[in-house]
Amino acid sequence: MILTHNRWLLPDGVQELLPPDAAEVEARRAQLLALYDRWGYDLVMPAMMEFRDSLLTGTARALEEKTFTLVDQSSGRLLAVRSDMTPQVARIDAHLLAADRPVSRLCYCGHLLHAKADGLDPNRSPLQIGAELFGHAGIEADIEIVSLMIETLQAIPLRRIALDLGHVGIFRGLFIASGLDARFEDLLFDMLQRKSIPELKTFLAGLDLDDRQRQQFCQLALLNGGLEVIAEARQVLSDAPAACHAALDQIATVAEAIGARYPQVQIHCDLSELRGYDYHTGLVFAAFLPGQGREVARGGRYDAVGEVFGNARPATGFSTDLLALHALAAEPATPRTGILAPAGKDAQLGRLIDELRASGERVVIDLSDGALPPRQQGCHKAIVKNGDRWVVNEV
Amino acid sequence: MPDRITIALAKGRILKETLPLLARAGIEPLDDLDTSRKLIFDTNHPQIQLVLIRSADVPTYVQYGAADMGIAGKDVLLEHGGEGLYEWLDLKIAPCKLMTAGFADRPLPPGRLRVATKYTGITRRYFLEQGRQVELIKLYGSMELAPIVGLSDLIVDLVDTGNTLKANGLTPLEFIMDISSRLIVNRASLKVKNRAVKQVIQRIESAIEPSSAGDAA
Repeated sequence: MILTHNRWLLPDGVQELLPPDAAEVEARRAQLLALYDRWGYDLVMPAMMEFRDSLLTGTARALEEKTFTLVDQSSGRLLAVRSDMTPQVARIDAHLLAADRPVSRLCYCGHLLHAKADGLDPNRSPLQIGAELFGHAGIEADIEIVSLMIETLQAIPLRRIALDLGHVGIFRGLFIASGLDARFEDLLFDMLQRKSIPELKTFLAGLDLDDRQRQQFCQLALLNGGLEVIAEARQVLSDAPAACHAALDQIATVAEAIGARYPQVQIHCDLSELRGYDYHTGLVFAAFLPGQGREVARGGRYDAVGEVFGNARPATGFSTDLLALHALAAEPATPRTGILAPAGKDAQLGRLIDELRASGERVVIDLSDGALPPRQQGCHKAIVKNGDRWVVNEV
Repeated sequence: MPDRITIALAKGRILKETLPLLARAGIEPLDDLDTSRKLIFDTNHPQIQLVLIRSADVPTYVQYGAADMGIAGKDVLLEHGGEGLYEWLDLKIAPCKLMTAGFADRPLPPGRLRVATKYTGITRRYFLEQGRQVELIKLYGSMELAPIVGLSDLIVDLVDTGNTLKANGLTPLEFIMDISSRLIVNRASLKVKNRAVKQVIQRIESAIEPSSAGDAA
């Protein structure tokens, strides 16, 4: 049975924006894209859908079950609606731009579609906005991207930002040095992600490792906190492979640069934070806000993703959901107000309306013939006739 | 001002053992949790408050950051999924076993078994790992009744003393896993309020009694 009175209903996790929020989100979008432009980032507009295998190549495995799939009636191939724009931008860079641009800075903003809401984020149609920097492997690129993420949040404006820094190279380095079978990597990774120290201890006890290695894996789950964690980690991991120390150095360098540039941002390190471990290759980071149960923006280095599109090159970037940021904005959206103008063919009135509009004012023609007061028509001023001249009055 | 920490506690079975643990950790509610009708309780630490909720809701409160940390059974965590949570400590309180149970003297019928349980997720995974497909019947309580009235062939439930099963003529059959209570922590709280969160974790960790796991069963 079709319930006609439910026709207004939207699918789960799908939202629409009404005034004044829609205009406000659009203004924030333009403001952020202008910010990225000033930092040298070129806008790209990837397609809403692509062939499924190119969209899901080289990305997180978790993305597959979040992606809507459909059949292309003209080619018979499977298409997918984008559930993340980052791999699209990586493909555009690797395949179309890499040859001409040794370093490529790209930004993007667009709606995604998720087949399944992820546990904590009920929104299945986020408005993803972000920036990616391709072609530079140095730490300067990581610092630039982390800075741009902070600038993004500050532009909204959001306050009391906490930056979380991690590096997948530490766990990866320890795991390779341990000589453990690759099938244990996922299990260890999962326990570290959950910081399930009791499970970790039991599991490590059953593995062919020496005490020192067991302790290092276990300590990884506990190495989180302020910058003092890095010094602590250097001790705990003193005999760990050079790759682990290089990773620690990178975290320290980024923390120092960001701390100097944004002293108001609280910096936190977490050496077992391995989100996106299957495609990240270096520094990973996320931004948190007080009272929010999960991160509001995130990113990291993913140097290998371009390879499947024929051009492996260094890459780092961040992205966030503009709709979520808008909802968190410190200042609520203010409705735009205008000037109410009488309807009519008076040439003088017409000229005044044109002038006001040209100067950026919003002029609303009164179609009620004076029956509705200006406030009810969203206007705080009105054009009235004063003698033989048209003037703008406060109402 | 120090960061405020909210700890979610589960009503019922676990609470009886949680309060002495918190007391050993030096965290004591100002009101009596058993008699008060309040849901939010101040403690002897002005920056720590407790909320009292159903055990199955504890992971949800902590996941969304409505509580910074919580105390929940491993059964609830497995059933709920742990996204956005850290399962930091095994508190070694309220230990019990998750088991299948049924009539010891009646052979199981051939074909697809009907299993009644509150833990549909864990049960499905358990039988899947054994290569057995079962029909799950979701119940919210009094699982022991299901085989008696012919609603199911087996049940999957927590077994503590086994007395309830025995009183209904049922026997624990297969052991699925040991269950105890965990201290869970919200991911964002650890990052944003690291110092305050870690202080509470350390207090609680120092109050865990290693021996209590053995003698309660």
